[in-house]
Amino acid sequence: MLQADAERMAIPIVITLNGRQEQLNVAPWVTLLDLLRGPMELPGTKKGCDHGQCGACTVLIDGQRVNSCLKLAVTLDGAEITTIEGLGQPGNLHPLQQAFVDHDAYQCGYCTPGQICSAAGLMSEGHAHSREEIRELMSGNLCRCGAYTNIADAIEQVMGQTSKDFKEAAE
Amino acid sequence: MKQFSYIRAEDVAGAVAALAADPQAKLLAGGTNLVDLMKYDVMSPATVIDINRLPLKDIETLEDGSLRIGALVSNAALAYDPVIIERFPLLASAVLAGASPQLRNAATTGGNLLQRTRCYYFYDPASPCNKREPGSGCGAIGGVNRIHAILGTSASCIATHPSDMCVALAALDAVVEVEGPDGRRDISFLDFHRLPGDEPQHDNTLAPNEMVVALRLSPDHFAANHSYLKIRDRLSYAFALVSVAAAIDMKDGEIVDIRVALGGVAHKPWRDPLAEAECAGKPANEATFRQLAQRLLAGAKGQGGNDFKIPMAERTIIRALTQAASGTPQVQSEKAIR
Repeated sequence: MLQADAERMAIPIVITLNGRQEQLNVAPWVTLLDLLRGPMELPGTKKGCDHGQCGACTVLIDGQRVNSCLKLAVTLDGAEITTIEGLGQPGNLHPLQQAFVDHDAYQCGYCTPGQICSAAGLMSEGHAHSREEIRELMSGNLCRCGAYTNIADAIEQVMGQTSKDFKEAAE
Repeated sequence: MKQFSYIRAEDVAGAVAALAADPQAKLLAGGTNLVDLMKYDVMSPATVIDINRLPLKDIETLEDGSLRIGALVSNAALAYDPVIIERFPLLASAVLAGASPQLRNAATTGGNLLQRTRCYYFYDPASPCNKREPGSGCGAIGGVNRIHAILGTSASCIATHPSDMCVALAALDAVVEVEGPDGRRDISFLDFHRLPGDEPQHDNTLAPNEMVVALRLSPDHFAANHSYLKIRDRLSYAFALVSVAAAIDMKDGEIVDIRVALGGVAHKPWRDPLAEAECAGKPANEATFRQLAQRLLAGAKGQGGNDFKIPMAERTIIRALTQAASGTPQVQSEKAIR
């Protein structure tokens, strides 16, 4: 696409990105994923398949986990977006980030930001009450290194810490 | 992705007007299928009409007890809605059998009806496909066709409709509310999707200038005896090879009313209401279920790569009906099939 076309057809949107308000002009065909990794300079969100199949691009939009590769940025006027950079930072890790470190829940790490954002969404949804349900409700995030067991361990640990219901269900 | 013009509709009238002005334009809701197809250049609309601001996100109980589901209710909101879980658990279960949690958060009810086939020839612009490009031929007939249809196929197309949700909606006799320039009309669910015939480019009977605004479900049905059983190549997050939405109204072990809808086997959710009606008064047992399964599959025809689906469908129908009759529906996070 030509830069001139992109600028001519750009549409103004306002989003809240990791707590900060951003006024942007985006061409209609730019996905949230490309907006984040490009102009927003937030490369923590990863591009895997770019077709909604792998979950590496998972972010939270208005608190809900979605595949950012399938969201056109122009449709998100007014939305609140949280990426892995907004969940935690070195020195101030989100409990899920810390648990992934503690449980060695990755090898190459490419799927990890998506896994962690997805796990954050899973926890706020509140529909997982057992390890089986965690596995099923994390099925939208592929890990080709195969760290699934440790990923489930990490999530289970954080859920056990934060939810009495879950602890009881797990016992 | 090719460039396109973007229109943000603020209400249904605005969306319908924009669509009437350009029936080649595409409506964008959750985007989980359309944006994907645009990335592959399988669909390249010159205009995209964003309908996400439309007030179609409610699930409401109407005066006569029927339920109205707005076209923009997300798959997740639908599956976890307490009224849906209590009154239409078959639908909740079918929704949870499909896609991933991220996709279900974005994907909408209306969009689910309108999603395109996942036939790999349809997705590959270098291959012939009568659905993508009428008259170009069908790569799947005589090609790789493991995932393709065994019922209602034509010489032009053997694609399947990929939805799980729609299989349950077919079993529940949902009604689709659509709106166009001439106002609203209802389409019964079994008339909404169509068989390919010699026009496989048309997935459904919606006019190009109409949009889906809601679904309606008639008052309580089959909340006790139902099951959605999906057979696929991996245990989560895969399209159905064969799926069955089974529902029975029973009295003293006898069938009062029975519904079986099949997914993964045809261009539309497959039902045979006549064969179902003949089960009334018969015992709800394996012999009856087997007879019904064989009636449903009487016209089934394999394409080589998918011949296995015929016996698989028979067994899946019997198993799903057995689960329904015993009041032990398949739980989607439970991977063992009992």
